[in-house]
Formats: sequence, C-alpha cells, structure tokens
Amino acid sequence: MSRVMLEVKELTTKYITRFGEDVYAVDHVSLKVEEGKSLGIAGESGCGKSTLALSLMGYYFAPLHYTSGEIIIDGRTISGMAPDDIRKSILGTQISYIPQCAMDALNPTRKIINFVEDVIYAHNTYISKKEIYDLARERFEILGLPAEVLQKYPVELSGGMKQRTVIAISVILLPLVLIADEPSSALDVTSQKMVIKMLRELMERGFIKAMIFITHELPLLYNVTDDIMVMYAGQIVEKGTAKEAVFDPLHPYSKGLMGSIIVPEKGLRGTKLAAIPGVPPNLKNPPSGCRFAERCKYVVAECKAHSIDLREVEDGRAYRCIFSEEQLREAYKND
Amino acid sequence: MTKIEFLRSGPYVTTPAEKSCMRGSGLTKIFGSGSQKCVAVDHVDFDFNEGEIISIVGESGSGKTTLAKMLLGLISTTEGEVYFLGKKRDIRTQKKKHEYWKNIQAIFQDPFSSYNIFNKIDAVLLDCIYMRGGRKLPHPKKVELMTEACSFVNLKFEELTNKYPFELSGGQMQRLMIARIFLLKPRILLADEPTSMIDACSRATILDMLLKLRNETGMTLIFITHDIGLAYYVSDSVYIMEHGKFVESGCADDVILHPKEAYTRRLISDVPKIHEVWDLSTV
Repeated sequence: MSRVMLEVKELTTKYITRFGEDVYAVDHVSLKVEEGKSLGIAGESGCGKSTLALSLMGYYFAPLHYTSGEIIIDGRTISGMAPDDIRKSILGTQISYIPQCAMDALNPTRKIINFVEDVIYAHNTYISKKEIYDLARERFEILGLPAEVLQKYPVELSGGMKQRTVIAISVILLPLVLIADEPSSALDVTSQKMVIKMLRELMERGFIKAMIFITHELPLLYNVTDDIMVMYAGQIVEKGTAKEAVFDPLHPYSKGLMGSIIVPEKGLRGTKLAAIPGVPPNLKNPPSGCRFAERCKYVVAECKAHSIDLREVEDGRAYRCIFSEEQLREAYKND
Repeated sequence: MTKIEFLRSGPYVTTPAEKSCMRGSGLTKIFGSGSQKCVAVDHVDFDFNEGEIISIVGESGSGKTTLAKMLLGLISTTEGEVYFLGKKRDIRTQKKKHEYWKNIQAIFQDPFSSYNIFNKIDAVLLDCIYMRGGRKLPHPKKVELMTEACSFVNLKFEELTNKYPFELSGGQMQRLMIARIFLLKPRILLADEPTSMIDACSRATILDMLLKLRNETGMTLIFITHDIGLAYYVSDSVYIMEHGKFVESGCADDVILHPKEAYTRRLISDVPKIHEVWDLSTV
C-alpha cells in the first residue's frame, strides 16, 4: 500500500455566526489521499467544499472553528496544533492552498518576487535575496513561466498568467499536499487548460505529492483527478473513482449533478439537462434524516426518519442512501 | 402569461422567424489612439433573426463584451451601424436610449454587482413594471405581476419582499434577473456569461428558465460565453470571435461538430470532455 499523504478522520468544523448560532459546514468528513494521487471534491455552491479546504489546513480563524476530528499529513497529526505552529511549520511546507479568487490574491502594489520572498522568509529568515531570486527563477522556468514575471506587478499579467503565478508561489516550498480551490473557474478554456497542465506537471515532477482539487465543473474533475468525492450540505454523499462517480453515480444527488454536465460532444443537443429542484437545507438547523430528502425524487418516509450513514460498498467506494446499489441503478434505468 | 399581455407593444412569434431582429454592418470599436490604439472589435457583420438563440464565443479579450456593450448602446461605436428591426438604431438622446432599452435587456456575469444595493427586491421588480408602462396599475395588480414573475423562476415573492438582493445566493440573484426580464419582455436578451459564476446545478436551472422564457415570448437570445459546450447546448447559431473578428459562424452543429477554422478547432479541443480524451499536450 502506498504512503498516505493526507488522512482526515471524522472532521467537523463549524461557523459561529454573529448571533451565536452554530453552522456545521463540514460534518464528520473522512478522506484519504495517497502519494501521487489527486482527489476531486464536487458539489453545489454552499455545500461546504471551500470550508473543508480551509479546515484541512488546520488553521482556523473566526468565524470558522474546529470542533472534532483528526487531520494527519504524512503521519503527523496537525489538528489541535497552535495557530502559530501551524503557520510556521505546516503551511507552505506540508500543505499549501490556492484560494478561490487567486487572481485577486496579489497585492497590486508589490512585485511578484516580493510575494515569493514573503513565503520563504516566513520559514527561513537566513536566506539572501539573491538565493531567493535564483530559486524562484529556476522553479518558475521549470513550470513554464518566464523569469521576467518575477519583476512584474500583478496588473501587468493576464488572468491565466496571474493564476499560474499564484500556483508557482504556493508550491515554492514544495508542500506535500496542494489544495486547489476552483483554480480555473474565472478563466477561459485555453487559460484553464494551461493551469490544469501546470497542476499535472507539479505532480509529475514531484513538486507536490498529493492534490485536492475543488470545483463544480465535473468534466474538469473527471479529467484531472483520480478519485471524486461529492459533498452535499456539509456531508460526503458519495466517494469513488472519477470514472465511477461520473458514469455510475449511486447517490441521487450525484446522479443529478452528473446529469447537468455540458460538454461539446455529439448528442448533447436535444437532451434535457437535469436541474435539481429546490434548495439545500439551512445548516443552522439541518434535518435529522437524509439532508437531500426534500429534493430527492426517490424519497420514502424512512429517509426522513433518521440520519443515514455512509455505506462502504467496495474498496474506497461509498454512498449515503438507504437504498441498495441495485435498487438505485434500477430506479435510474427506469427514469 | 396572458395577464401581462397589456404591457407589451406587439405580439411575439414563438418559433425562429426569418425576420431580421438585429443587424450589424462593419461594427468597429477602437480604444485609445496612436501607439496605444487597441482595436477591440474589428468590422464585424452579423444578422440575428427574431426568436433565434445566438452564441458569441471566444477567449478572454477577444472583444465579446465590447461588442455586447455596443449592441446595448452602453458604449459608442467607432465605425459601422446597428440596425434594429430593419431600421437604423437611433440612440442619440437619453430618451431614445430608454426607448431602445425597452427592447433590449441584459443579464451580466456577476449577479452580485448587477443590483443597486440600496434598492429592495420589490423596488427592482416595480421598476420593470413602470418601464413597461404599468405605473398607474392598482397595487394588487402590481403584486400579482411580481408574484407571477417570481414564480416563473421558482422564487417565492412573499419570501423576497422587503429583502435586499444581496441577501440571496448567486443562483437566486441570477434567477431574480430572469424574473426582471420576464416582466420587461424585451425583444432581445443579451446574456453575458450568465452562468459562469454559478455552479453546474444552478446553471442547468438558469438555462432551463432562459429557454422557457424564449419559448414563451419568442425573444431573441444572445449568449456571450467562453463555454463552447454551453454554446453548443443552447444555440441555433454560433459566432466564433478572435481578436475582434468573427472567424467562423453558422449553425451550432456545423460549427461545433465540423469546425473549419483552426482557431475553432483549438477552442473545442481546450474544453474538457468526458467521452473523448482531453489532450493536454496541445496548449
């Protein structure tokens, strides 16, 4: 069995609103990413994807609070560590994060090299500017970014270039795990492809050992990641390989998501996209039964009666529904 | 539907008619001058029919949004003319512009910045009723119209009343935008990347609603997008734009499944697919 780079056991984190209410945005989430593998997280807006990404770094700031569970990076438990220790010894070196609006993450008054210096100085203060420049130039060139970028201001770069620069900065200290939160959603298709190619290269060249990729674009997840995890209302509703999740989804929500895929392939015109009616539950007061029950067309009384556990079906494959695999597949066939 | 017929000026067709709705001839937009000169849109010609769904597809910076702004009359044209319903468009005065905007409306990419943050949802919808000449309608009638518009987009007016747009989610805001269009019933709707900031599930809902609205009102729908999959799914005709020019145009099946231009082929190959291999080496 290969080395496990990131393991999360029953992680629960919550937001505390200004009115003192608890919102459990990540609810008992467990996952495992092995060396050389990438995990994709899919789900609609507000399902907890980005909160999970933030929670995985172990660095919590209000209104996000850690409640329970364990985060283990390459055998080292980071959950419960002091924020300052996390910042100094975990962020950047063990785990790195590309935020959702990476294009706006750069201060327009500073040059790119200054951001690289900031990251390196946070971990090593005994390094000269010359050494940092040489290191940055080397890494940038390996990743296909010209060295001139380092002396430029963010406004001088195009959207795609800015995004790739942010990625290059975030992996400058060779983190073990990279979390990419919607890294390409604001880009056009060509820039998106360049970003994806760069992320693939990071894995192939060993700059990072494992990756978590978050997006709601399923065709992209299918092409980029090895495994896919579908989240709904703070919980995992399905886990499986990319192929299983896209071509043979088990949970009715995953099935709906896969039905909303748009790709320029023959046969797409004339098909009706699956739009899931209704809205997700309010996480301040989630339903006690299945959280998807209100929107599910296969719902029965039992679904709402009690909470439903994640059912492990095969090695790594799991889904959260009271129906068996056969029943679900039969129901989808009759649709 | 029939309840708000009186707000319209004329009947709409429900199938694409071979009647020109908007035509552009040699449309050009140049920003700056001298060494700073930037030709954003370069002698573009087009002819959009009534009830047709058109997609204008291109990369960032290809001039899609500049063209959209010119069509909307938000920026002036450097050269060329726009013909609306067979006549040369005249928007020289503010009054004429307002008259023109009754016929052409837009939905923008970012629903969060599409609303006046000081106006409540009621005011947003009431504005549309006023624009269609319903200012003197009795209040219950106005509420009925607003309720109908909200229910068209699966929103409940009772829950929205007295709320501000920013209290809604991105998908809900975009649906409220469609409710506005439902009330305004323009002849042309220009949707500039309407689904790029919302998730795949809400995207299906929004597209479904836009198509339903087109079928009911017969309006011309112009999508501005970089998502070629979306363009293929919704459009009757597709225009591919590169460096301010249309490099290829025609029926969606022809352009997307049998592209003639190298640029179109590259754009299509850049989109991740699920039944075909996505070749990353071609970047």
